[in-house]
Amino acid sequence: MNAIIVEHLVKRYAHTLAVDDISFTLPRGGILGLLGGNGAGKTTTISMLLGLLVPTSGTVTMLGHDMARDRFAALERMNFSSPYIALPGRLSVAENLRVYGHLYNVPQLERRIGELVEQFNLGKFLHRPAGQLSAGQKTRVALAKALINKPELLLLDEPTASLDPDTGDYVRTVLEDYRHETNAAILLASHNMAEVERLCDTVLMMKAGKIVDRGRPDELITRYGREDLEQVFLDIARNREIAA
Amino acid sequence: MKASLRRIWGMIYRHVAIYRGSWPRMAEIAYWPTLNMLIWGFTARYFMHAQPGAGAAAGALIAGVLLWEITLRGQLGVTFTFLEEIWSRNLGHIFVSPLRPVEMVASLLVVSLIRTLIGLLPATIIAHLMYRYNILLLGPVLFLFFVNLMFMGWWIALGIVALLFRYGAGAEALAWTIAFGITPLACVFYPVTALPVWLQPVALALPAAHIFSGMRSALFQHGADWQNLAQAVALNIVWMLAAIAVFGGEFRRARIRGALISIGE
Repeated sequence: MNAIIVEHLVKRYAHTLAVDDISFTLPRGGILGLLGGNGAGKTTTISMLLGLLVPTSGTVTMLGHDMARDRFAALERMNFSSPYIALPGRLSVAENLRVYGHLYNVPQLERRIGELVEQFNLGKFLHRPAGQLSAGQKTRVALAKALINKPELLLLDEPTASLDPDTGDYVRTVLEDYRHETNAAILLASHNMAEVERLCDTVLMMKAGKIVDRGRPDELITRYGREDLEQVFLDIARNREIAA
Repeated sequence: MKASLRRIWGMIYRHVAIYRGSWPRMAEIAYWPTLNMLIWGFTARYFMHAQPGAGAAAGALIAGVLLWEITLRGQLGVTFTFLEEIWSRNLGHIFVSPLRPVEMVASLLVVSLIRTLIGLLPATIIAHLMYRYNILLLGPVLFLFFVNLMFMGWWIALGIVALLFRYGAGAEALAWTIAFGITPLACVFYPVTALPVWLQPVALALPAAHIFSGMRSALFQHGADWQNLAQAVALNIVWMLAAIAVFGGEFRRARIRGALISIGE
């Protein structure tokens, strides 16, 4: 069964076609990478998947729920994390987790927070305001928030942006473990090609609002006759012909 | 239902936690009502000394200051609480959570009520201790005044939040100015007949003009003016329904334009 089904999705603003008739699916337990340069349409696509933005046409079905008619039923079983959307900086880490635990109606909330504190090693700064944490600590808190409701579907926008290699590796390991333990589906938008190669089963390459190529990372690398996904990305971004 | 109440509580807890940990924010809630009470209280006392027998008018002045603060604080309570989400860049997380718009509004109203009660308490105590004016002597009708004035603050606030959806944080100044701008038409300190004839219908379209007319009846004639109160209730219902329609419409349009993502920019 698919966690995400996107069919003929279009988003048109007054003078801009931000997303141009894209279709894709993500099976449960799969990790899908959404790649593309700035302005390719990734953020617009994710916003429509989350129900933040109403498509001009096309349909989005998340965990079996049509997002146009029944988005809240899906949102209860999903979660989202982005370094570009902050958690309230004046609230402590514990207060933040409590707020989102209530919003997602998490049963036995204090116990769940305890599990997350242990899993993400948040104990030392649990009662510190979230705004005073380092980038790495904020990332761990954001991931704890994203997993608080044990989501069946996780949407991540550049989860390791501006993190040092050690913290980035830590995040990737957490995501791999979470998928392995829960069979959750993960959609990942990233500019880190090594990360995408490591985590993703399938990759969608977006450009100017369209999906211009798709496949497994190793498939794409072979098809373009390149050594890694970064070179494939550059080929697509710079309109180079497939080498093979 | 239980899940819905829990989500509303989550949002209330989020704002209570901010105030609990910050005495300057707590002080800010009570600052303006207290300052207004001091200024108008001394003015009322001066009138009483200058013109013996002006006690009832001085009482109306103090009661007017206290009651109008209910609308002002009620409105600011909602818009400030919403702006807090914009300032903390948290709206993206909230709007992708299962929190329904109606639940968000419910939490804004509860936080506004808490803020208003906390903000008015010191001013009420000052009125009693310094100017020997006890607002509670208005009797049970005071509760009806409170509810109606609070409602008026809330529908103004919902209209302002709708403008924030439409124009983004650039409309932030409206949160401060709109209710204050309505004050001359609220007829807090004078009857509607004191306004120019052409402005009187505008004032009469606001619940506040009827409530303060009712307040003066309660103070000077020692009885509630039920007709004025009924008109205030009816106007509040009409304005609230209009505000809900505008809020709902702007929220839907914001989801189409993508404004929920960029509202703080």
